[in-house]
Amino acid sequence: MIPLNWYLILAAALFLIGVLGFFVKRNIITLLLSVEIMLNAVNLTFVAFSSQHGIISGQIFVFFVLVVAAAEAAVGLALVIAMFRNRETLNVDRSNLLKW
Amino acid sequence: MDFLNWLWLIPLAPLFGAIINGSLGTRLSRTWIGVIGAGTVALSFVLSIGAFVQMLHMPESALPIVHNYFVWIQAGSFHANFGFLLDHLSGLMILIVTGVGFLIHIYSTGYMHDDPGFYRFFAYLNLFMFSMLTLVLANNYLLMFVGWEGVGLCSYLLIGFWFGKKSATDAGKKAFIVNRVGDFGFILATMWIFSTFQSVDFGQVFEAARKLPVEPLGMIGAVTSICLLMFVGATGKSAQIPLYVWLPDAMEGPTPVSALIHAATMVTAGVYMIARSAALFDRAPGALLVVACVGAATAIFAASVGLVQTDIKKVLAYSTVSQLGYMFLACGAGAYAVGVFHLMTHAFFKALLFLGAGSVIHGMGGIQDLRKMGGLRHKMPWTFRTFFVGTLAIAGIPGLAGFFSKDMILASVWSSPNYGRVLWAVGLITAGFTSFYMFRLLILTFFGNARYTHDEVHHVHESPASMLIPLGVLALGSILGGYLNVPGFLGFATAEGGEGASTEHMLMAASIVAALSGLAVAWLLYVSRPELPARLAAGAEAMYSILTHKYYIDEIYDAVIVWPLLQASREFLWKFVDVIVIDGAVNSVGFVIGSSARGLRHMQSGFVRTYAAWILAGGVFLIAWFLR
Repeated sequence: MIPLNWYLILAAALFLIGVLGFFVKRNIITLLLSVEIMLNAVNLTFVAFSSQHGIISGQIFVFFVLVVAAAEAAVGLALVIAMFRNRETLNVDRSNLLKW
Repeated sequence: MDFLNWLWLIPLAPLFGAIINGSLGTRLSRTWIGVIGAGTVALSFVLSIGAFVQMLHMPESALPIVHNYFVWIQAGSFHANFGFLLDHLSGLMILIVTGVGFLIHIYSTGYMHDDPGFYRFFAYLNLFMFSMLTLVLANNYLLMFVGWEGVGLCSYLLIGFWFGKKSATDAGKKAFIVNRVGDFGFILATMWIFSTFQSVDFGQVFEAARKLPVEPLGMIGAVTSICLLMFVGATGKSAQIPLYVWLPDAMEGPTPVSALIHAATMVTAGVYMIARSAALFDRAPGALLVVACVGAATAIFAASVGLVQTDIKKVLAYSTVSQLGYMFLACGAGAYAVGVFHLMTHAFFKALLFLGAGSVIHGMGGIQDLRKMGGLRHKMPWTFRTFFVGTLAIAGIPGLAGFFSKDMILASVWSSPNYGRVLWAVGLITAGFTSFYMFRLLILTFFGNARYTHDEVHHVHESPASMLIPLGVLALGSILGGYLNVPGFLGFATAEGGEGASTEHMLMAASIVAALSGLAVAWLLYVSRPELPARLAAGAEAMYSILTHKYYIDEIYDAVIVWPLLQASREFLWKFVDVIVIDGAVNSVGFVIGSSARGLRHMQSGFVRTYAAWILAGGVFLIAWFLR
């Protein structure tokens, strides 16, 4: 059986990739994908612990996260389309009107 | 029909009128407003007569008739009903209030006909009738206080009826504020009554009070304190020294209001309250002496001011203050029934005089200055005749209402145990003053030659029938009212009977002499030697100036009470407490938040990734916090 640490290291690596992607990239679709990667990293951690301790609630939590992620993707992509129609760009640094 | 079952409708009918006129008045025609206004009062009047007659047919043991409609307040041991009480006293009062009130409503339809606030006027007037009837019918002190405050409110609204005039709104405010002082006394008295007797119900309080010993003169026990506090309330509402100052200013209101509220009904509420609380006052001779002294002082004080006033309504206003003083003098002498008798006759002749003055003002196109009148006898014959009757009645000419009640007051004061002779002398001098200023008013208004120019008054005209008929009815009341045996009817146990018939005749002769000498002096000064008043005024300039300035009481009150209050409010409460403390606290909170936000807002850069960095930093911080 694969030890728990491997799962956690993989999850941490995935999360770090998501965070780095979020900070490095400017395309808003990429940013959404980075967020999804981070969510899945968390999911992986949940499942790993659930399997390790033999407690089902971690897996149930994953379902909730998946549902929320699906909803978030739907809303997020709709926002992206609306934003593109408005600004004709996907660069988030150009969408900086909401500030002091 | 059992009228007693309809007792509740007596106050409520005018309330309906007030609601209808007040809410729909702008859409109704003037005829309908008048019909609703006067009609609801007429209904109350009819019901009052019915209830009164029915009450007379009941045996003495069945009185008073008490109807408790519902429990109004129940809190711990405190209990107050919403209930009405009908006995001889309140029966007489509702007859006076609804009867005179009805006539004045009729009169108002003529007097106020061209006023744009016609519907508002009748709504207020009906609301007043409701409050006044609640006051006199209430069966406990708390409900009485509701009526007491209600009439005060309506008085304020009606004094300031022409609110476009600053003097009118000022007068309204003055009346309201001065009355607050008195009402405070009433509230304290009610609380004290409850803490002494564990009830505010008239029946229970008086029952318990009759068992208490009489507190001797000079001892200030619970009952004396209660009575004195109640009398403070009475001085406010009934315009006695030191709270009378609002009543002369209240003449800014329309004349029917002066007649109804500030002469016939509301201002007599204090007298009614004392007569109602006779059982308490009987136990407190000290309080009675105070009532008598204040009444006598007010009577002669106001009468002396009335001697030199030149505004027709101001003369009548000071006369009202003076006559109210008379009523309190009677109550203070223990002759409550005589005080109420004078209340009734005064309601007739003073309402008559005010309405007559209103008719004169109406005919003169708004002029109130006596110096610009004269010779109106021929132009306004019916106003003159009725006014003449009213003058004779108030002056105490034998055969008319005022003579009987005034004579009875003087007789009962004469035989009262404490300082009776002194108070009697003060009352007698006041009677002379009264006679003088009333005949002066009559002569200056209706006799002699016209002193107005054609430019000032275009055509002096007699008033319409709607105004003259009430005058006629009230004139009849002023003649016949004195022949009713009101004191006997009310049946208070008065401390009379010590004087023989010869003393009574002597007293009667004295008051007739006082009345006639007032008439004679007025005739001498204003008819046979018209140059004398000016020479007198010049001769006794200091005295004359004090009188025309009303003893400078308003100025003294301004300097002693109003000015310090205003200055303290302005300089301390406004400029320090409000501006510096309260505004300062609020503004500095705003300033702290505003300036900190001015720095923090730079976090809102608009770049998504900056926000993400803050979130990341926050997450890292939290994790570090939990792992530490």
